[in-house]
Amino acid sequence: MPAKPIDPKKRPMPKQEPFERIKNFDEVALGYTVELAHEEASRCLACKKPRCVEGCPVGIDIPAFIQCMLEADFSGGIKKIKERNALPAVCGRVCPQEEQCEKVCVLGNKHEPIAVGRLERFLADWEAASGAIEKPDIASPNGGRVAIVGSGPAGITVASDLALLGYDVTIFEALHEAGGVLTYGIPEFRLPKAIVRREVEYVKSLGVKLHLDFIVGKTKTVDAFQKEYDAIFIGAGAGLPWFMEIPGENLNGVFSANEYLTRCNLMKGFLFPAYNTPLKRASHVAVFGGGNVAMDAARTALRLGADEVHIVYRRSRSELPARLEEVENAEEEGVIFDYLTLPTKLIGNERGWLTEIECLRMELGEPDESGRRRPVPVKGSEFRMQVDAAVCAIGNSPNPLIPMTTPGLLVGKKGNVVADEETGQTSRERIWAGGDVVTGAATVISAMGAARKAARSINETLSK
Amino acid sequence: MYRIVERRMIVPNLHEFTVEAPQVTMAVRPGNFVILRSDETGERVPLSVADWDPEAGTVTSIFLQVGGSTAKLARLKAGDSIPTYAGPLGKEAEISNFGTVLCIGGCYGIGSVFPVARALHEAGNTVYTLLEARSQYLLYWQEKFRPISSRVIELTRDGSAGYKGHISRLPEILTLEKIKPDRIIVNGCTFLMMRTSGVTKELGVKTIVNMNPIMIDGTGMCGVCRLTVAGKTKFACVDGPDFDGHEVDWEEFLKRRETYNVEEVQPLRRSGCASHY
Ligand SMILES: Cc1cc2nc3c(=O)[nH]c(=O)nc-3n(C[C@H](O)[C@H](O)[C@H](O)COP(=O)(O)OP(=O)(O)OC[C@H]3O[C@@H](n4cnc5c(N)ncnc54)[C@H](O)[C@@H]3O)c2cc1C
Ligand code: SF4
Repeated sequence: MPAKPIDPKKRPMPKQEPFERIKNFDEVALGYTVELAHEEASRCLACKKPRCVEGCPVGIDIPAFIQCMLEADFSGGIKKIKERNALPAVCGRVCPQEEQCEKVCVLGNKHEPIAVGRLERFLADWEAASGAIEKPDIASPNGGRVAIVGSGPAGITVASDLALLGYDVTIFEALHEAGGVLTYGIPEFRLPKAIVRREVEYVKSLGVKLHLDFIVGKTKTVDAFQKEYDAIFIGAGAGLPWFMEIPGENLNGVFSANEYLTRCNLMKGFLFPAYNTPLKRASHVAVFGGGNVAMDAARTALRLGADEVHIVYRRSRSELPARLEEVENAEEEGVIFDYLTLPTKLIGNERGWLTEIECLRMELGEPDESGRRRPVPVKGSEFRMQVDAAVCAIGNSPNPLIPMTTPGLLVGKKGNVVADEETGQTSRERIWAGGDVVTGAATVISAMGAARKAARSINETLSK
Repeated sequence: MYRIVERRMIVPNLHEFTVEAPQVTMAVRPGNFVILRSDETGERVPLSVADWDPEAGTVTSIFLQVGGSTAKLARLKAGDSIPTYAGPLGKEAEISNFGTVLCIGGCYGIGSVFPVARALHEAGNTVYTLLEARSQYLLYWQEKFRPISSRVIELTRDGSAGYKGHISRLPEILTLEKIKPDRIIVNGCTFLMMRTSGVTKELGVKTIVNMNPIMIDGTGMCGVCRLTVAGKTKFACVDGPDFDGHEVDWEEFLKRRETYNVEEVQPLRRSGCASHY
C-alpha cells in the first residue's frame, strides 16, 4: 500500500467561545461538520491490527465505521457502532477517549490520535437528525420476565439487549426521570438531556416498560421481585456521596456534588424561579476533587454566576482523573486550579454559613498503590481561602438501600455489590448486577460493558 | 400520574391530602415519608405519612401551607393528578412493647404521629397522646386518637383547650396526669421537638424525634438532609427520619434549615409555628 502522508493533528471541534458559553447552559462542543468529519476520518491508517478496538471497552470496530464514513455511508457507519454500543451519542461525548481507544491509536505514537469520540458523536447525531433511527429486529416473546433496578447506562443496556431477545423487561427507577447519572449528574452543557431522553424513548420503543418513582428495597424488595420475575438485574449505580470528614462540613453553603448537580440538572435549578428548586448563587466557590464530577460542578458554578471558581485538588494536573477535554474546557472558561492543595477545615460565621476554608499545600512523594505519586503535606503551609460555597466531589459509593433489604446479597468493603466480572452474577441465584453498583463510581462505557455481559449471562441462564 | 382523592383544609393552613398510590400502601410503615411533586416544575417535597388504606390504595398526609410549593399543593382538588409520588421512604419507627408511651404531636406532626401511636397501641403499649397547638381551633384528629390512647391531653398556648402554655410544662403535666412514660415520641415542628427533648433529657426519658430537614431525592443520594447525631453525620432520609432527640445537634440543624430562606422557598415539612419558648 502506498504510504499516505500523515496528517499530524486532530481536527478541532467547533465550540462555543468561552466568554459566551459561561453565560449559558447550552452544549459547549458543537460537533463536526460533514467536511470536518470527513477530513478527520481520512487521517485513519486503517491498521490491519487495529489497537483502538482493543482499547474500547466494548470493542467497537472503529476502523470499519471510519471506512464507512470515508465512503459517506453514514447509515452503515452508525450500524457498525450500534452492533457494540447502544448509546453512541452519549459515549462519543463522555467517554474518556484519551484513556481508551485514542490512547492506543498508532497515530498517537508520534502525532495526535484519531478523534474517535468526535467521529462517533458525529454519526450518532447524524442519525438522530436524519430522523430515521433504524430499529433492529425484535425476537418474538419468549416468556421470560426480567426486572431491572435503575435506569442508568447499565440498566438501559441490559433492558435493550434483553428486549431484543424477546424478554418481557421492566425497569424500576427511584427518581422521576430515567437516565441515572446521565440525567441527574452530567450537566446539559456537556450532555444535552434531549439526547438522554431520546435514548430512553428508544429503549421504550423496544417494548421495555419503565416504572418511575419506584424505590426498590422500599416500595418493593428484591425478594418480592423474585416471585414475579425470572431474573433481576441491579444497576443502581453509586449514588451515596462521600464527604471529606473534616470539621465544618455541615455548614450552610457546603454541598455534595450530587446535591449541587441534581438541583441544577434534574430539578432544573438553573431555570429558577420557573422551576421551583433553587440553587444558591455564590460568588466564590471551591470544588474539592479532580474528576469529571468536580469539573462539572465547577463549570456549573461559573454558569450560575460565580465570580471565582477554584478546583482544589491534592495531586497535580497530570493525575486529574477527569476527561482531558473537560479539563481544557474548564481552564478556558476561567476555572482556577489549585493543585497540590488539601482542604483541612471549613470555617463559618455565627449564622452557620461557610466563609473560609483552611488548606494545606502538598508535595508529591513516593507512588502509592494506585501507581500515582502520593501527595504529602508540607509542614506549616496552612493558608485560608475566602469562599461562600464549597462542593465536595471526592467520590461516591453504592447506596446501601438494596444490600440492606436483600438478605444474602454479598457486598464488598465499600458497599459495592459483589458480582462475577465475566457474567455479572451475584451471590444470589437469578440476581445479576453491573455498573457503578459493582465497581464503585466508574464510567458510562464500563457500566455498559458490564451490562452487556450480564445480559448475555441472563439469557444463557434463562434459556437453559 | 397519581390521582388526588381528597385535599381539604382541616384547620387553618393545615391540609389533609389523600393520594391514590397503591404501591406505597403495600409497603408503608409508621414513621415513613413520601416524596412528591405538585407539577412538572415543582420541587421534590417530602411529606410524612399520616394514614393509609390498603384496600382503597390511598395514602394520607397532613401538610402545612407555608410557601410556594405548598401553595401549589393547596390549590389541588380531588380528581387532579400529580406527576410524582414516591415511597415509602425512611426507616420505619421502632415499634415494640415499651410499656407506657407518650406520643406528642404538633402541627402536621399530629398527623404523622398517629400511625406510630396506633402501632404502639397494637403492640400492647399503654399509649397517652398529647396534642399541642397555639389555640384550640388548630387541633385536629382527636377522635382518631381516642380509641388508641388511654387519654388524649391537649395543650394550647392560649389555654383555649386543655392545659395552657408551652411544652416546657411537660414535667408538671406528667405529674398532674400521673403518667410515667418509658418512652416519648414527638412529631411536629423543629422547635416542638427540640424543646421537648430539652425537658425530657432532665426527666431521663428516652425521646424519639421525627426529623424534617430539606431533602431532594429522599434516598441518600444528595446528602442535603445531613445532620449531626451523637457527634456523627447522619442522613435523615436513610438513617432516620427518627432519631434520639437527646443526641441531635439542634443548633446546627436549625441553621441548616435556613439555607434556602433567601430564595423564599419553604419546604413543606417546616412549621410556621411561632417558637416554643
Ligand atoms: C457528575 C458526573 C459526571 C460524570 N462524567 C462522566 C464522563 O464524562 N464520562 C464517563 O464515562 N462517566 C462519567 N461519569 C460516571 C458515569 O456517569 C457512571 O459511571 C455511569 O452513569 C454508571 O452507570 P450505572 O447505570 O451503573 O449507574 P447510574 O447512572 O448511577 O444509574 C443508576 C440508577 O439507578 C437508580 N437507583 C438507585 N437505587 C435505586 C433503587 N433502590 N430503586 C430504583 N432505582 C434505583 C438511580 O436513581 C439511577 O437512576 C460521571 C458521573 C457523574 C456523577
Ligand atoms: S465507546 Fe468510547 S472507547 Fe469505545 S470507541 Fe467510542 S469513544 Fe472510544
